[in-house]
Amino acid sequence: MKRLFLLAILLLAACSPKTPPTASAEPQTITVMTHDSFAVSEDLVRSFEETNNAKIVFLPGGDAGAVLNKAVLTKDAPLADVLFGVDNTFLSRALEAEIFASYASPELNNIPDPFQLDPSNYALPVDYGDVCINYDKAFFAEAGLSVPQSLEDLTRAEYANLLVVENPATSSTGLAFLMATIAHFGDDYLDYWRALKANGVVVVDGWETAYYTSFSGSSGRGSQPMVVSYGTSPAAEVIFAETPLDTSPTASILGPGTCFRQIEFVGILKKTQNRALAEKFVDFMLSKQFQEDMPMQMFVYPVNSNAALPAEFVKYAQTSDQPATLAPDVIAAKRDRWIQEWTDVVMK
Amino acid sequence: MDHSLNCEDTETRRLLGFSVPSWLSRLFLWLLPLSFLAIFFFLPLSKILALTFNLKALTIENLRITYDALRFTFYQAILSTLLTLLLGLPSAYLFARFDFRGKSMLRALTAVPFMLPTVVVAASFNSLLGQRGLLSTFLHLSPFQFIGTFTAILLAHIFYNTTIIIRIVGNALSSLDPKLEQTARSLGADSFHVWWNVILPILRPSIFAASLLVFLFDFTSFGVILLLGGSQFFTLEVEIYLRVLKLPDYSLAALLSVTQLVCTILVSALYTQVVTRTSTQTAPRSETSNLRKPKTLRERIFVASFIFILSSFFLLPLASLPVHSLFRLEADRGQRGEVQYGFTTDYYTELFINRRGSVFYVPPIKAILNSLMYASATVLISLLLGFPAAFALAKPTRLEKVLDPLIMLPLGSSAVMLGLGLIISYGRWLTLPLLVPFAHTLVALPFVVRTLQSAIASIPQRLRQAASSLGASPLEVWKNIDFPILRRATLAAATFAFTVSLGEFGATLLIARPEYPTIPVAIERFLSQPGGLNYGQAMAMAAILMLLTTASILLIEKFRLPNAGEF
Repeated sequence: MKRLFLLAILLLAACSPKTPPTASAEPQTITVMTHDSFAVSEDLVRSFEETNNAKIVFLPGGDAGAVLNKAVLTKDAPLADVLFGVDNTFLSRALEAEIFASYASPELNNIPDPFQLDPSNYALPVDYGDVCINYDKAFFAEAGLSVPQSLEDLTRAEYANLLVVENPATSSTGLAFLMATIAHFGDDYLDYWRALKANGVVVVDGWETAYYTSFSGSSGRGSQPMVVSYGTSPAAEVIFAETPLDTSPTASILGPGTCFRQIEFVGILKKTQNRALAEKFVDFMLSKQFQEDMPMQMFVYPVNSNAALPAEFVKYAQTSDQPATLAPDVIAAKRDRWIQEWTDVVMK
Repeated sequence: MDHSLNCEDTETRRLLGFSVPSWLSRLFLWLLPLSFLAIFFFLPLSKILALTFNLKALTIENLRITYDALRFTFYQAILSTLLTLLLGLPSAYLFARFDFRGKSMLRALTAVPFMLPTVVVAASFNSLLGQRGLLSTFLHLSPFQFIGTFTAILLAHIFYNTTIIIRIVGNALSSLDPKLEQTARSLGADSFHVWWNVILPILRPSIFAASLLVFLFDFTSFGVILLLGGSQFFTLEVEIYLRVLKLPDYSLAALLSVTQLVCTILVSALYTQVVTRTSTQTAPRSETSNLRKPKTLRERIFVASFIFILSSFFLLPLASLPVHSLFRLEADRGQRGEVQYGFTTDYYTELFINRRGSVFYVPPIKAILNSLMYASATVLISLLLGFPAAFALAKPTRLEKVLDPLIMLPLGSSAVMLGLGLIISYGRWLTLPLLVPFAHTLVALPFVVRTLQSAIASIPQRLRQAASSLGASPLEVWKNIDFPILRRATLAAATFAFTVSLGEFGATLLIARPEYPTIPVAIERFLSQPGGLNYGQAMAMAAILMLLTTASILLIEKFRLPNAGEF
């Protein structure tokens, strides 16, 4: 077995592109590390591979936080050439760890400035989306309840025991919602969470459990008619409906400051041996073609202004007009403290 | 590979009575399993600990966190293990002693939870007990808030691990000579005394072995605690996960891991001390010779009530998966008052369609084949490594007393830390699909070794000697004495390895190659996006996984044919 292992290592060493590529060379392999939610059309991947005589290997490595951690730990001998999936809540950590190489892609010209949070272009914006509270339309209609419009509304007695959120310590969706409350309430955010707790907010570990086990608007038929999810989730409910639907069974609460805007970034890993191809791949991700494919694959919005939205998105997906945001450096400085304080107040 | 042949040869020769220096044969036996552990466990783990462990982490605050986590970890693990024994021991007795209709099916079902992803188990319990679950919809029972309770954690641990007790203790019970029991009874012992003085002492090693495995599983439990406990309970493993991936504090994570490792070593060493190594040797029995239909009223009540308990505990939650995959409940979620039911095969046909043309689309047949391939490779590798180790452990010298706890370590150490260790030790090589079965073997090996070890130890040496002195050739001795006992144990061990691999334990250790997705990977992908179709397809995939496991286990059990060479 040891020998088998050694053999495998030798084989791999033989495959790795240390030898200079010859003219009609074997396709060059580019490895792209992503979070588990990454998806892309097969056609696009194949056309990139053909155009660039390349072979793309995707490495899903857990959620955004897990992927970043792995990248930081393996900084000197990276597992991949390109990393996609660092969002604005993790951006500063990625930049401080200096895992990326700066690259000013020509495609950046088509991306509005507010998305370009890293002016030195170590991390380039790819997509954005809003973390919003989704509600079960039928429940509110049946109970004759009006839908809450603000974060403050959620602490009112008529909404007791109706909301499920994800633990920000274990879930990036939960962390985004915590940040929405911090952006809105400032230093008093813990008082707000005390009030939510008193009003029976349900906390679960992650999005899957919250959405499919606790939320009553999903097929899991849980107990809570409100869940922290995404602004695009109602569109996904229509696109992935069991029977064709005209309207979504769920909708998002879009009141000012109730949604938190997430922007996801891509970066070239500093120690890559494949710099030229990695640059081409980043251009590809920011190109109109890829950006138009993305919404239906990952349920996020394109940052490239030239990319048109699919019809389903225009009809069913919603974004907030006034999403909550926090500066990446503020997040970096305080994230761990917020999570700890939140845990002490809500979970203990 | 050739090493293994050598070991087996040496071992066979030793068993046959040729004299080979004992230290040499020991060395051969241990060479393969120990190099495996060194490469995939000790090296990566010590590398990551060396990198992260820091004496500065020994602050009052950190020690308090560690102490709290440690206390809760032990508390829930001991309680879970005892409860699992409470259900597992009578069930093992039921399966080992009684013959009834649908028995193989029921036994196969008890093994299914072992490989279901936690999120699917949560969904199935919830669809049974939750507010709009089957029980409250049809029987109008009051809904039970399942997620976020300590009860949920305990129930899930019992649900997952009862099969371990049934398989290991049941296996020992099947090999037990019923004459012992009959003799004791004819000498006037009542049922209680027969059990207390005759059967339990003989079963003791297997009960301890099974309990240790269950305990370690519960001790390092992670998904169950986090997901079903509603992320408000903190075991050592949950704390490690948080400190590695969420609130980075690597030195605290290292402190917690070391604490966890020390506990595992202590518990395993305690086990080695307690279990008498000279296990009782009994004549090989065919399973059927112990089997009978329930006769007395008491037996009938026992059998009927345990069939009922096991079917409701295992069948009901499991059945909710195929039900969800075939029936649309509340076809129109817009009309909530009217519960509608619609039979549909859409979820299954949809599995075969790559609707979004995604590069990550997983064709179901491919996922099944990949899962089966990984599982078969895991069975082969873990038997190859497990047999020599089990042979050595069955006749322990001082060396084995030291090595015995080591085999259990991968089960009782942090998967998160080991995963990081593997990444920093082997980097890009980790993406080799070849390495996946090796990762699964890390978890399967303790089961395989424990199962084989107690079987090998129970091979009656006197019978072998008697047979050879009466002129039986070594081959005949092997065929008539060793083989019947080992076959049963090998099948049990293979079943464990198979289910461990199908369930993808330890998959988090490695970066799975998307070119070779497995069924659990496919389930996770469906559940990561909203929409009824995604949910239905996840349930359909889970139902396929369930069916596949049940079928495989039934198939493996088909090999348990009545023995030819009976004494």
